[in-house]
Amino acid sequence: MISDLFTATVIMGIISSGIRLATPYLFAGIGEMFGQRSGVLNLGVEGQMLLGAFTAYFVVLRTGNLFLAVLAAIAVGALMGLAMGFVTIRLQATQGIAGIGFYLFGMGMSNLLFQKLIGVVENINGFPIIKIPLLGDIPVIGEILFQQNLLVYLAFLLVPTAWFVLNKTTLGLKIRAVGENPEAADSLGVSVVGVRYFTVILGGILSSIAGAALSVALLNVFQQNMTAGQGFIAVALVYFGSWRPFGILAGALLFSMVNALQLWIQVLGIPIPSELAVMMPYVLTILVLTLSLSKGKGPSALTKAFEREG
Amino acid sequence: MKNLFKVLSVLLVLGLVLAACTPAEPEPSEPVVADEPLRIAIVTPSNINDLAFSQSISDAMIALKAEMGDKLEYVYSENLFVVDDAAAAIRDYAQKGYDIVIAHGSQYGSSVQEIAPDFPETVFAWGTTVDTFGLPNVHAYEAASDQGGFVNGVMAALLTETKVIGVVGPIETGDAKLYIDGFVAGVHSVDPSIDVRVTYIGSFSDVALASEAATTHLSAGADVLTGSAQMVIGAIGKAQEAGAYWFGTQADQTSFASDVVVASQVYHWEVILREIFALRGEGVMGGKTFSANLENGGQVIKINDGLGLDQAVLDKANETIQGIIDGKVTIP
Repeated sequence: MISDLFTATVIMGIISSGIRLATPYLFAGIGEMFGQRSGVLNLGVEGQMLLGAFTAYFVVLRTGNLFLAVLAAIAVGALMGLAMGFVTIRLQATQGIAGIGFYLFGMGMSNLLFQKLIGVVENINGFPIIKIPLLGDIPVIGEILFQQNLLVYLAFLLVPTAWFVLNKTTLGLKIRAVGENPEAADSLGVSVVGVRYFTVILGGILSSIAGAALSVALLNVFQQNMTAGQGFIAVALVYFGSWRPFGILAGALLFSMVNALQLWIQVLGIPIPSELAVMMPYVLTILVLTLSLSKGKGPSALTKAFEREG
Repeated sequence: MKNLFKVLSVLLVLGLVLAACTPAEPEPSEPVVADEPLRIAIVTPSNINDLAFSQSISDAMIALKAEMGDKLEYVYSENLFVVDDAAAAIRDYAQKGYDIVIAHGSQYGSSVQEIAPDFPETVFAWGTTVDTFGLPNVHAYEAASDQGGFVNGVMAALLTETKVIGVVGPIETGDAKLYIDGFVAGVHSVDPSIDVRVTYIGSFSDVALASEAATTHLSAGADVLTGSAQMVIGAIGKAQEAGAYWFGTQADQTSFASDVVVASQVYHWEVILREIFALRGEGVMGGKTFSANLENGGQVIKINDGLGLDQAVLDKANETIQGIIDGKVTIP
């Protein structure tokens, strides 16, 4: 039975499911990483994703315009990020609690708006599959990697882009300085408040796009609480990936592929109770986290509010 | 580092819990005042338009409201997956003097057991279950969803060409498990060699994972799919893309994907609620167990006429339904 898993169909299936499932984690996780590298922990990701998912779905349902939908999701995400920034940076509220508050707000609000504005679930036409010329024609690999929708490509392009911004630009240097030693950064003339607002708003935008990726690119429906905890997994993946974009990519792919693997285990009738199978990705994540924690060290100023002395 | 690990553990647990449940969002509606109508309050675990379990009780109330007009008024609190919040709502409705409080979720049992003795003038109806706790003011109701599952399974067996059928389930329990077990039995009653593959995704709300489960079934060769609970909208979408047949349960899912939905098992709780209303008129406040099934019309197989199915398939479906009603077909 176990040997059934090592066939081309299963392996291709696991990789392509893994890529789709990883897409929202990449957007949300990279967004969260920028916030945390500057010292802000945002636990409201799940709520931002839900509002983004609803907004994009609603715009497509009413206008059919996919790019307008993503723009609207970006605007809503920016607003949510701005609000989170105001509460945690300006008012210096405890970040963890504020984040939970924004999560509940996003969930309740997306649900309320869905009830009042739409009511019944309908299918929409989301982002179509784009086959990349030449690369998409490569047998097997082309089918898995180069026949996806636009938001999947963008999610994977975001990883090297984020790495470049964080490590090779002045902006990235400022973000890291603010997260490690805000007082020193401040004394060198870096606006700690400005940088943190920037990263938290960017995080809100990317979380919102993560939600939109679900509702208008991968699933083409909206349902209350459809993110089902993915926003929290994205936060965990930032720790998993030791606050590095490629680490987050590895974590997102591992978690998603193990999830795809457990589906195949059930489909092939390998006798493992379904309760144990669905636990696999979570157990594996906990294991990797436990083993890797000794190496990873978070930004020193993470969760610490900044107030200029004197 | 210790603290960091604590934070992480909490996050993971939270993620796991959220993956499995739909948190609360109480939104009680205000009742309309009329001349002493029957006042009903309903508590549901998900949205009343979820195309699934919660919608089934809402549709029943809409039907009863159409029949009874001003003689009936009802309010609901939806989306109460968190049992503590549901318990607060149930107690609140009882205190406000509603005649019948319907706790529409098997997870609400302990709440009903605790609250009902405090309000002997209120009828509590709890489903889906068979347990009334021996309390004089608690009715229990359930659906024989294995019956509808069996009929769907028989039709699915006649429609599959690849002899592989996929099932997308939520958590291996309750109504979903009953339906799925009945479905598998139905398929095998026609052809035991058909491979029915069942996946439980461990969540009632993870649309993305339900969608991937359907994709996995399809790439493993399935050409007919079914599934239970509200997250299956993700799976129906994939069936539609692949042109695979879909069998629904808990609500008529034809409207969502009219080109692939073959049949849906639909609950008509109004059949049972009418009895509960009548009993209350006679002064019987509880103690009875009701079952919505094909025989009493509490359960109906809604076939999608637009699909142009073979007459042979329709005949076999009707024969099976009649057989179950007559007791000639038994579900193992």
